[in-house]
Amino acid sequence: MNPALDRYLATGAALAARLPGSGLPWVRDWRERARRRLGELGLPTHRHEAWKYTSLAALEKQNFEPLASPGTVNDVAAWQLPGGAHRLVLVDGHFVPGLSDLGRLPPRSVVKSFADALAQVPYLLENVLGEGEEPDALAALNAALATDGVFIDLGDGVVVEQPIHVLYLSTAAGSMSTSRSLMLVGAGASATVVEEHLGLTAEAYFVNVRSEVRLAREARFEHLRLQREGTKAQHLGALRVRQAAGSQLISQAVAMGALVSRQDIATHFAEPDCQARLNGLYVLGGRQHADHYTTIEHASPRGTSRELYHGILDGHSRGVFTGRVLVAPHAVGTDAAQANHNLLLSREAEVDTRPQLEIYADDVKCSHGATVGQIDENMLFYLRSRGVGLDLARNLLLHGFAREVLEKIGVASVRERLEQLLIERLPEHENLEGIL
Amino acid sequence: MSGSQTQIDQFLDREYAAGFVTTVEMEAFPKGLNEDIVRMISAKKNEPDFLLQWRLEAFRNWQQMVHPQWAQVVYPPIDFQDIYYYAAPKSKKDAPKSLAEVDPELLKTYEKLGVPLHERAALAGVAVDAVFDSVSVATTFKDKLAAHGIIFCSFSDAVRDHPELVRQYLGTVVSQGDNFYAALNSAVFSDGSFVYIPKGVKCPMELSTYFRINAQNTGQFERTLIIADEGAQVSYLEGCTAPKRDENQLHAAVVELVALEGAHIKYSTVQNWYPGDKDGKGGIYNFVTKRGECRGARSRISWTQVETGSAITWKYPSVILKGDDSVGEFYSVALTNNYQQADTGTKMIHLGKNTRSTILSKGISAGRGQNAYRGLVKVLKGAKGARNYTQCDSLLIGERCGAHTFPYIEVKNPTARVEHEASTSRIGEDQLFYCQQRGISAEDAVSMIVNGFCKEVFKELPMEFAVEAQKLLGVSLEGSVG
Repeated sequence: MNPALDRYLATGAALAARLPGSGLPWVRDWRERARRRLGELGLPTHRHEAWKYTSLAALEKQNFEPLASPGTVNDVAAWQLPGGAHRLVLVDGHFVPGLSDLGRLPPRSVVKSFADALAQVPYLLENVLGEGEEPDALAALNAALATDGVFIDLGDGVVVEQPIHVLYLSTAAGSMSTSRSLMLVGAGASATVVEEHLGLTAEAYFVNVRSEVRLAREARFEHLRLQREGTKAQHLGALRVRQAAGSQLISQAVAMGALVSRQDIATHFAEPDCQARLNGLYVLGGRQHADHYTTIEHASPRGTSRELYHGILDGHSRGVFTGRVLVAPHAVGTDAAQANHNLLLSREAEVDTRPQLEIYADDVKCSHGATVGQIDENMLFYLRSRGVGLDLARNLLLHGFAREVLEKIGVASVRERLEQLLIERLPEHENLEGIL
Repeated sequence: MSGSQTQIDQFLDREYAAGFVTTVEMEAFPKGLNEDIVRMISAKKNEPDFLLQWRLEAFRNWQQMVHPQWAQVVYPPIDFQDIYYYAAPKSKKDAPKSLAEVDPELLKTYEKLGVPLHERAALAGVAVDAVFDSVSVATTFKDKLAAHGIIFCSFSDAVRDHPELVRQYLGTVVSQGDNFYAALNSAVFSDGSFVYIPKGVKCPMELSTYFRINAQNTGQFERTLIIADEGAQVSYLEGCTAPKRDENQLHAAVVELVALEGAHIKYSTVQNWYPGDKDGKGGIYNFVTKRGECRGARSRISWTQVETGSAITWKYPSVILKGDDSVGEFYSVALTNNYQQADTGTKMIHLGKNTRSTILSKGISAGRGQNAYRGLVKVLKGAKGARNYTQCDSLLIGERCGAHTFPYIEVKNPTARVEHEASTSRIGEDQLFYCQQRGISAEDAVSMIVNGFCKEVFKELPMEFAVEAQKLLGVSLEGSVG
């Protein structure tokens, strides 16, 4: 047996009686099944094809511990979204009402913390949370240890105009924050959820966050994951979506922080005419490692999916991308396109990319493309021949490359914030700010 | 399209044209595999001790290995103790000196297959090292090649006559422990072909081997080693066809290519082994390790393959681009029909500076066929200015088949430029309609469209094979439009 695994299982068992929902038999059963499943599966290693390029060794080496209560954070003004949002703040895996501001929500909408939801409206969660097994070891780890999270339930036709901003803050070295969120979007309903992750400590900590989403017919849902963890953090994020007929998903994943991060993003077209757009951007330097593993399952006819991921890698960083597109038999009329482009800025950086197609139906249109290279010499030459200095020319091109993804973000305040963050990450970025 | 449906059924029901069994007396060892069998094979072939030790090491490696499960193929577990690991035609005892001494049954077999062994061989300009089951029985054009200093012989002969070359190069590209099937092959390989092209020599003709699996229940374990010395050039053709058989037959070959400075090796394959019947019964399991190493600067290795046969194909002809400015190429057409499964692709490992590779893969799936492209492009730190272009396209014919793409791209050098493109589609209704309204039958239109789809690969094939390849595709595909 793996000692680290035993440790996490023991932590889960010891906490079980104190975790939210522990008074409910089905929640206890859910967590117990998750622990059993984790024990059976074990933590993934390089031998698992899906984990070929990413190591969880840090989780085994260091003993990350869940905190019983949130660390002290006085003010979140600096991270507020300009233009307004419904804000939920989780500190070290615990919802903090004092920092949150839900504002005015439309009728027939429920937005609250996962723990509150299990205490107040458990019947809304039971069918979704209790159904089936957790899909993989990290989902099981998440279920076994989740201390809190977010619950969203929007009735049919409910439109939430302002984004729901979920701010995850980690304050303590050696802490483990595990959050589970459930988002149910009713027929024709529409919402945008921004999950943003920040580290307030420069030391190592571990975040394991997972969102399960159900989109009813014609629902429209935009999800953003802004991973800006501290530079020594371990971040595991997951988004799993199930789409009903005619629903639309937009997923944006931006990774700029953490030492090691992994995003698992999966959507399942359970009914015909679904649409999904998966976009992502990773901008890494130092010894950062970011892995994005996406799965789009075209299980029903006439689904459309578009995927675009860009990576900029400097220093000793490593970017990993896997894009799986599955087309089931009878999923005729499927239209899937995917692209992953990477720029390597340094001799020590590395990219591993795997765009994959698995197709079992014939009336389909699928394509994918992947490139790895440097900044185009011709473009640089063009700019320089017009009197733009080398550094500025490089920055302009990098900025443009990243913007191709960022401009797809629907929430203006988030898009602008990310652009600013991006610019700050570019070397000698001062020269850019004047002209943009 | 019920009219074309009938035609589809007719075409899909077509019997395997090369299916017949030759009744030559066989000499076989007992079934199963252990160290004694390995020793017996080695003793039988009068091998020097180094080779026996090499085989034993491979066997011990193999015993430690687990059967690979990662490929996108499904088949019942193989009982490796239920296979004959050595079978040779009896007539080997007093080896034939000329064609006249060869068992007439064998010659008839070649006749049926159209192997150009007599004058036809001369006309076709092809030297043939025919492998009948496990032992080479006839080799032609040896003298003409010998005049250039070229060695082209069976692997057994090479071990006897050129042990120093065999020892120097064997296993240097595909080691004994490389993978499960390569280890198995290294332990029990029976025979195969050996080619050595000396410095600066351009091989005056295309070299060709015809493989044939004949003895029932006999795994066939070929070992091919081709060495092109500095500045040498050679084009090698490999063609396969097998008699009809109901039981699955295992084939685990290893091909190693070594290209020294400035050398150029072109290796072409048309694989048409028995694919099993329309219900997926029988057919060959083709688990092959093929790899070339561009060891010297400016060397070039080019793989071209047309894979239409076998129940299961598991094959990744690869190139290790070690020498600076070396070039690797992979051109492939893989077709699966009925219950055939193919998991094939390539690996391009860029080590040297300014190395270049091109991958062009065309997969066609029909019936319930499953076709996967699996490829790796790896650029290591030292491979400054490396360049790769990959294109893999899939064509789907019928709603029960599958097409899969699993490319892996790993880049550790910022000056590298790697591009990958893939598309999957079916034959367009509008394309078919366009052809049909101009009086071209649905059959001919499909054949035309598929041939057009594969054209870029076919043009890389030597003339003899290009004709055969188009014919093969025609037989396997015409009418399978649905």
